[in-house]
Amino acid sequence: MIEQLYQEIILDHYKHPHGRGLRDPYAGEAHHVNPTCGDEITIRVAVDGAQLSDISYDGMGCSISQASASVLHELLKGLDGPRAFRVHEAFVELMQSRGQVEPDEDVLGDGVAFAGVAKYPARVKCALLPWMAFKDAAARAGVGVSPEVTA
Amino acid sequence: MSFDVAKVRADFPILDREINGHPLVYLDSANTSQKPRQVLDVLREYHERHNANVSRSVHTLGTESTSAYEGARAKVAAFIGASSPDEVVFTKNSSEAINLVAYTSGPFLSLGPGDEIVVSEMEHHSNLVPWQLLCERTGATLRWFGVTDEGRLDESNLHDLVNERTKLVSVVHMSNILGTINNVSRIVARAHDVGALVMLDCSQSVPHLPIDVAQLGADFIAFTGHKMLAPTGIGVLWGRTALLEAMPPFLAGGSMIETVTMEKTTFAPPPARFEAGTPPIAEAIALGAAVDYLCAIGMEAIHRHEMEITGYALKTLSDIPGVTIYGPSTPEGRGGTVSFGVDGVHPHDVGQILDDLGVEVRVGHHCARPVCARFGVAAMTRASFYLYTTAEEIDALARGVEQVRKVFA
Repeated sequence: MIEQLYQEIILDHYKHPHGRGLRDPYAGEAHHVNPTCGDEITIRVAVDGAQLSDISYDGMGCSISQASASVLHELLKGLDGPRAFRVHEAFVELMQSRGQVEPDEDVLGDGVAFAGVAKYPARVKCALLPWMAFKDAAARAGVGVSPEVTA
Repeated sequence: MSFDVAKVRADFPILDREINGHPLVYLDSANTSQKPRQVLDVLREYHERHNANVSRSVHTLGTESTSAYEGARAKVAAFIGASSPDEVVFTKNSSEAINLVAYTSGPFLSLGPGDEIVVSEMEHHSNLVPWQLLCERTGATLRWFGVTDEGRLDESNLHDLVNERTKLVSVVHMSNILGTINNVSRIVARAHDVGALVMLDCSQSVPHLPIDVAQLGADFIAFTGHKMLAPTGIGVLWGRTALLEAMPPFLAGGSMIETVTMEKTTFAPPPARFEAGTPPIAEAIALGAAVDYLCAIGMEAIHRHEMEITGYALKTLSDIPGVTIYGPSTPEGRGGTVSFGVDGVHPHDVGQILDDLGVEVRVGHHCARPVCARFGVAAMTRASFYLYTTAEEIDALARGVEQVRKVFA
């Protein structure tokens, strides 16, 4: 059971995070905390035309929240708003599925490794922390929060 | 007579449980304790045989219920050496007990700008935030004792910190995160010298140590039932009679009045003045049963057992490479609460892997965020013990921590 949570992909992203560190310039920034455990994340979104040209982040927290930020960076950097939010929606849906949704690797890439996290209700908020911060940062960068808004 | 931990454990039904295919190793008693059958039986029997509201019925059930409720108050009073049961106010929990004093002390102590309230960096949020809010309301200034590297209260500036402007000092008796038991005698003496009142947060000490309020010398103490084998929903404020008598009401409602007209109300004497509304009757009676249970075993014996377990845990954990213990490193002057870190692994992950092995610990900032900040970490892993904890459970914890290191190697 625990192996489903701590998959190699997650531990890899935790130990060797992709794109970590806050970078300038950026169009929107958000800082989120998990008040029950003190985990924190800051996410910055840079925009070039329609494209999310960079997503930079820094934070401290458990392997799940930090690996999730690394995966988010990998998945969303370079996408345009509508595509980024399709991935965002798929990730949130997976996390809220209690393990009942079969993740689509074409959409979620390394994010599929988080399917096991969905079975641990206490850890879902860890995985979602960077994604919720991203949503706010993107909104502040003027990137629509849903495909409808940006279309 | 030696302490028979196997006999004690047989009284706690939950300890037979398995978690994730492993025997339950419950190391989270500082968070909440487990309950013995003797307490659970009293709860059920009360509801099945005696249930009625207290202090207002002439019927038989009401009389039985009132007598059991007041009997519990007397047991609690005797347990902590109070000079009268009227010094025991039943609250919802420690937080409410502390808030009761914090809310009433504004008018009671005529607090205003220039007055000072003193707490410490070691406080649970429940003994920090109410005082922050009190200072915001009154304009008084909040000051605090620091914490040494060894995890003890830094009393080096006691005379500066507690001075003629100080109106009240409220500090923790035993830290919920570092396990430190504070020798409060110097603080109490200094506070009383300058005319300040002293409150002690005894949430972690009353369940584990013999406590005598006369010896402690404080003016108020707060503690909670669920950490001492009783159910949740029942806490205690102990205060000196003369102080309680001088304090205005906190919450208003039924039971706390003397006479009521449409224009004006006069209030009951303490403790009723501070117990508005129907109290947690069954929970209070169950707290009385928990006190009976603890007394039958003996608080000295319980404390000795926990000292042994704590010494073993400190040694076992510190022998594991990459483990850092926060707080006093020997069992002297500390209780059975040991917080630690594992290099390179977040406490959430430590707790998750331990849970997979049936070992239940708490992870996070333990409602004492300033303590974590003091030691430069966002969170800690905490193992906490009680009368039912065994050396084998410490071994299971150590095996779990080794597994954590393996997963994150």
